[in-house]
Amino acid sequence: MRVGSPFVALLVLALPFVAFLLLALVRPLRRSAPAAATVSIAAIWTAVLAAFWLSWRARPRGLLQSPSTTWAWIPADGGPMATVGVMVDDKSMTMCMLVTFVSLMVQVYSWAYLHDEPRTALGRYYAYHSLFAFSMLGLVLSPTFLQMYVFWELVGLCSYLLIGFWYDRPSAARAAVKAFWITKLGDLGFVAGIVMLWTTAGTFDFWELFRMASLNTLPLQGLPLVMFLIYLGAVGKSAQFPLHVWLPDAMEGPTPVSALIHAATMVTAGVFMVTRAFPLFVLVPDVLTLIAWVGAFTALLAATMACVESDIKRVLAYSTISQLGYMMAAAGAGAPDAAFGHLVAHGIFKALLFLGAGVVIHVFHTNDVFRMGGLRGLPLLWAPFLIATLALAGVPPLPGFFTKEAILAGVLEAHLLVPFLMLALTAFLTAFYMFRVVFLAFFVRGLGEPHAHHRVPELMSGVCWALATLSVGTGLQLARVTLAGSRHGEAWLPLASLALAGGGIVLAWAMYQRGALDPARVAAALAPLDWMARRRYGLDVLFAGLYRGVLLVLSRVVGWTDRYVVDGVLNVLSAWTLRAGDRLRRLQSGLPQDYVYGVALGALLLFVLAQWRLW
Amino acid sequence: MPLIAYLTLAALVFAIGLFGVLTRRNAVGILLGIELMLNAVNINLVAFARFHADLAGMIFTLFTIAITVAEVAVGLAIVIVIFRVRRTVEADHLDLLRG
Repeated sequence: MRVGSPFVALLVLALPFVAFLLLALVRPLRRSAPAAATVSIAAIWTAVLAAFWLSWRARPRGLLQSPSTTWAWIPADGGPMATVGVMVDDKSMTMCMLVTFVSLMVQVYSWAYLHDEPRTALGRYYAYHSLFAFSMLGLVLSPTFLQMYVFWELVGLCSYLLIGFWYDRPSAARAAVKAFWITKLGDLGFVAGIVMLWTTAGTFDFWELFRMASLNTLPLQGLPLVMFLIYLGAVGKSAQFPLHVWLPDAMEGPTPVSALIHAATMVTAGVFMVTRAFPLFVLVPDVLTLIAWVGAFTALLAATMACVESDIKRVLAYSTISQLGYMMAAAGAGAPDAAFGHLVAHGIFKALLFLGAGVVIHVFHTNDVFRMGGLRGLPLLWAPFLIATLALAGVPPLPGFFTKEAILAGVLEAHLLVPFLMLALTAFLTAFYMFRVVFLAFFVRGLGEPHAHHRVPELMSGVCWALATLSVGTGLQLARVTLAGSRHGEAWLPLASLALAGGGIVLAWAMYQRGALDPARVAAALAPLDWMARRRYGLDVLFAGLYRGVLLVLSRVVGWTDRYVVDGVLNVLSAWTLRAGDRLRRLQSGLPQDYVYGVALGALLLFVLAQWRLW
Repeated sequence: MPLIAYLTLAALVFAIGLFGVLTRRNAVGILLGIELMLNAVNINLVAFARFHADLAGMIFTLFTIAITVAEVAVGLAIVIVIFRVRRTVEADHLDLLRG
């Protein structure tokens, strides 16, 4: 383990925040698109440099030395109740580099991609982007659960804002709300888990908690429930079954936003949290097994849905869900490092996939892969997408191969045979559906015609090539490390995963490029599966039904109760008061002698009572 | 004479005054009733002063008489004003505060 300087980390954190503040508060800056973009990109560019410098200057540290630098936040007797600060270890430094770099790429790309947007909207867009980068950096640098939760919610807010960037489209507005509420459902568990953990352990601090875990002083009573609740937060954020339904809908946002959400900022938060808190998850093997099973199931489910989807961005969304399932399965199988490695590698090539998809969407003005195609003569366009696809499918020497293989090895080592088989099948399906997209979108002659006048801006292809180079570089680095290191996994595993990827690619080629197999006949042969996958296994309908059947009915009942029971009681009471007042009014005759009668009788009564001591 | 005799007299005068206040329809009659009640109180004060050999009661009575005179003056003035405005001093007709 190495630690970096906390002050450089604070600088990385502060830069996007300052950019956000400038854009949010200084009106002329926000109204002028070039100025807004310059501020935001300059800040994130400096943050990239700072993040790499942070990692480069990191020094090894002793095992007992905490990587956190914290300041008191909520003071209390006998030490602060909560602290804030930064935790600068290998994980957070790697994440800082990934987040800042992908943010930079996406922001630069957005300038070209959203060039036709209204100038004022772009200022808003870049302000959200800066806030998003700040939130995610704060999340990965958090040394405590509480601070992580604060940034966790900020990340959710930013994704809501960006998914709903085109808020005048009803579908985008609905998708944003859906994303917000469904992730919020998981967050409820997360916050409950954090508070319960605090009541038993007395601290939010990761390092303290890890030390307690290693010294066996953490009370194990009730810990499985606590960790399960915390895991629920990751289920929502990282789109695990059954809370994955928000992610495909989130495609309503601009394509660069999807790239950011899927690669670096939003959905990775859940996996990152599980790997960060892994020393605590280790204490609860049952929850870990659950995580592995849910992850593997999510991976397979999403892969099957991706196979029948025709919207290029939705295919990528399902592939993200599927890969997140992979990461979760690895974490659940007790291989958090494999999960983290896949998280980083996936971040790079998934950003590239989305940005590459943005290029073809830009060319064809549609998301439908069947209306694309015929770009064989333009290798500058399809080569980066192909590299990313190969990386996702798991072809060496690209990074996906090594990290996926590490995950499969980890799951196999944990003797989770069924999840392993599910993941292996997913690997095959991943290669198949990704190459289906590649063949349909780029090579086969489709129904649509490219808009010839719409040249792809150099900025967009430049960003794609930069990410492609980074992908290849990461892959080569991983290959070097893997070949140099002593292997301890099964020898047949790399070959098997290579064969699975190859099989998927060949099948896609045979079906969509060569035409040897008719896709319609394959679909007919697998009719029940095809029917269910096309309807997304009814999960969207189920959630919509739950919303309508439970939430709306509940709110009607609550509304009725409020209107007729709560208000009704008050109305009856006030009506009675009015009527009683009307009756009692008659007592006031206005005649002085009547009042004197009253006083005299009252006095007499008191005398009588006093005389006979009646009270 | 024992103290109880004075007190009985005072109670009788008070009751007669109260009866007058409650039954008289004329405002002047009501004022007379009030005077009777006040004088019943004076009898009590003097009797207690005499039997307890405490001069304070006597002096207090003088004060009460003085205040009673002032009160009657004000009361009669009000009655006259009411008569000028309403052309009547019948208590049954003075019910402007009826609810």
